[in-house]
Amino acid sequence: MSFSVTEPNKGTKWFAGVLVVGYALITIAPLLWIIATGFKSPADSIAYPPKVVFEPSLEGYVNLFTERTRATPDMLEAQGEPKNWYEQIARDQGTVISGPSRYGERFLNSVIIGFGSTALCMILGTAAAYAFSRFRVPLKDDLLFFILSTRMMPPIAVAIPIFLMFRNLGLNDTHLGMILLYTGVNLSLSVWLLKGFIDEIPIEYEEAALIDGYTRFQAFYKVVLPQAATGIASTAIFCLIFAWNEYAFAVLLTSGTAQTAPPFIPTIIGVGGKDWPAVAAGATIFLVPVMVFTILLRKHLLRGITFGAVRK
Amino acid sequence: MAEVSLSGVTKRFGADVALDNVTMTIPDGSFVVLLGPTGAGKTTTLRMVSGLDVPDAGHIMIDGRDMTGLTPAQRDVAMVFQQYSLYPHMTVRENLEFPLKSPILKTPQDQIRRKVDEIADILQIRHKLDNKATELSGGEMQRVSIGRALVRKPSVYLMDEPLSSLDAKLRADLRVELKSIQADSGATLLYVTHDQIEAMTMATHVGVLDHGRLVQFGSPREIYEDPVSIYAASRLGQPRINVLPADVFAGAPSGAVNIGLRPEQIIQGEGEDSFVQRVEHLGDQTRLHLTFKSHDLITVTDAHTELKNGDIVKIRPSKPFYFGADGARVA
Repeated sequence: MSFSVTEPNKGTKWFAGVLVVGYALITIAPLLWIIATGFKSPADSIAYPPKVVFEPSLEGYVNLFTERTRATPDMLEAQGEPKNWYEQIARDQGTVISGPSRYGERFLNSVIIGFGSTALCMILGTAAAYAFSRFRVPLKDDLLFFILSTRMMPPIAVAIPIFLMFRNLGLNDTHLGMILLYTGVNLSLSVWLLKGFIDEIPIEYEEAALIDGYTRFQAFYKVVLPQAATGIASTAIFCLIFAWNEYAFAVLLTSGTAQTAPPFIPTIIGVGGKDWPAVAAGATIFLVPVMVFTILLRKHLLRGITFGAVRK
Repeated sequence: MAEVSLSGVTKRFGADVALDNVTMTIPDGSFVVLLGPTGAGKTTTLRMVSGLDVPDAGHIMIDGRDMTGLTPAQRDVAMVFQQYSLYPHMTVRENLEFPLKSPILKTPQDQIRRKVDEIADILQIRHKLDNKATELSGGEMQRVSIGRALVRKPSVYLMDEPLSSLDAKLRADLRVELKSIQADSGATLLYVTHDQIEAMTMATHVGVLDHGRLVQFGSPREIYEDPVSIYAASRLGQPRINVLPADVFAGAPSGAVNIGLRPEQIIQGEGEDSFVQRVEHLGDQTRLHLTFKSHDLITVTDAHTELKNGDIVKIRPSKPFYFGADGARVA
């Protein structure tokens, strides 16, 4: 009978498969619950025992995107026939749509601040990591430790000084302020992660490019960056996820123009706190950009580290 | 093409002296091979000329211009790295095009194509042009790495053991090819190798390095026939030069401590008795391992010799080298 130490046998494979599927189900269940809740009626969403099978409704999504006013049956009558399907849904609840909600703006703020800080973080992080990796920087180890130490406490611990600083600088409730804040918080992570990736790229490639007639910056741009793509992609995902999901600073520092979606979504719940489907709908849509971003960069994540054409 | 000269070049890495006051002139159009064991400073010399490393003291001139403070790109040198250093995210063709597309050369596309195809033919890698650089075997990578230097016409080519991972046949082919490219184009070439056949067949000049010092610089025949020390004499010659105490043979000059005998400096059939320890038939030659007055030595004899273990061969030295106590040549 043949025997291999590298190839797992059938039983092991099954066991591993069951384990992975089980884990996936556990992690994905809350997500499925949120998505499902978005399509429930408010009554179904708080029903006990919880309803797994329910009649789907777009009420949550209509409530998410619109402002409505309560109207008496007489007033509804006076409005005439509803002009479209979502007006119909509003009428069924005994309300009239008075205009769009602020969810769109808040979502756009999240996009600007999340992606803006991620981009800034990648530019600064890659440059700093390259310098730490390749150049003789005075006090390099101390500087790296100092950079890491900025993450040794939860960022919210310095909320009050930051709040005061922002007020004095006029950065309260501005996109720029939030981008700078999230960049500052994420930069230490990105410098450390990217330095690791750049350290793995043999210096010989740059030396070859220097000899081939390129300047150091061109060598960095044409040779180092493409090979650091994997590291940059995974670091960017980490940075985006933090900036995208951040709640505490967003509550504290934004209230209007620059408010992001996380502090806005809970306010949708409305008077009486029963509009869970609208909250769930807001959360569901909020999940999409990070998911798309991660899927787009998946290729780089999976490609892994290039086995170089350098003889070791 | 240009003359390269080093004057008083010194480089330290921490406490280690990699190059110690090296002065040499590499004439325009010459093929200079640097010899020496690992750590002798061969690669460091190439890196100094290329500008990848900067000397602690001394100057490097290329074509009469002082290179101090110039970047590798400004020096117009091409280098073949021992570790290949192919760009892994590019195809073979893109790797070969890369130096031609540099902001300094900005070669037109049709010329790039012609040049790359021509070099690919010489290096026998035409069929691999569209492969990723990472999909090649070691020998193919090494050829692409040589090609990346040859596509250009720099002032000097620097090659760090460029043929080391090729099989014997390809190595022989490329040796001839490199030599003829260099001879035809009149390129100046500085070449590092361990292989003495490469040194003997390709070099116009050989520089022998010992712990960062240049101990001898001259034509391969000069180094072979007139070495300055035991160390220099040991760099060339297969089998290696035999070094015995000077007094085992009569006639040593005063001050001589050791006698150096290359195979052709040992006359067989005359003189004193030695015993055959081992006979190695290599095909085109036969090596004799002899014991002479309890000292081992190796020489070469007729390919079809009838000698066998335990036989007695008479030997005597002919125009041997004599070395003093410090290893320097005395006669």
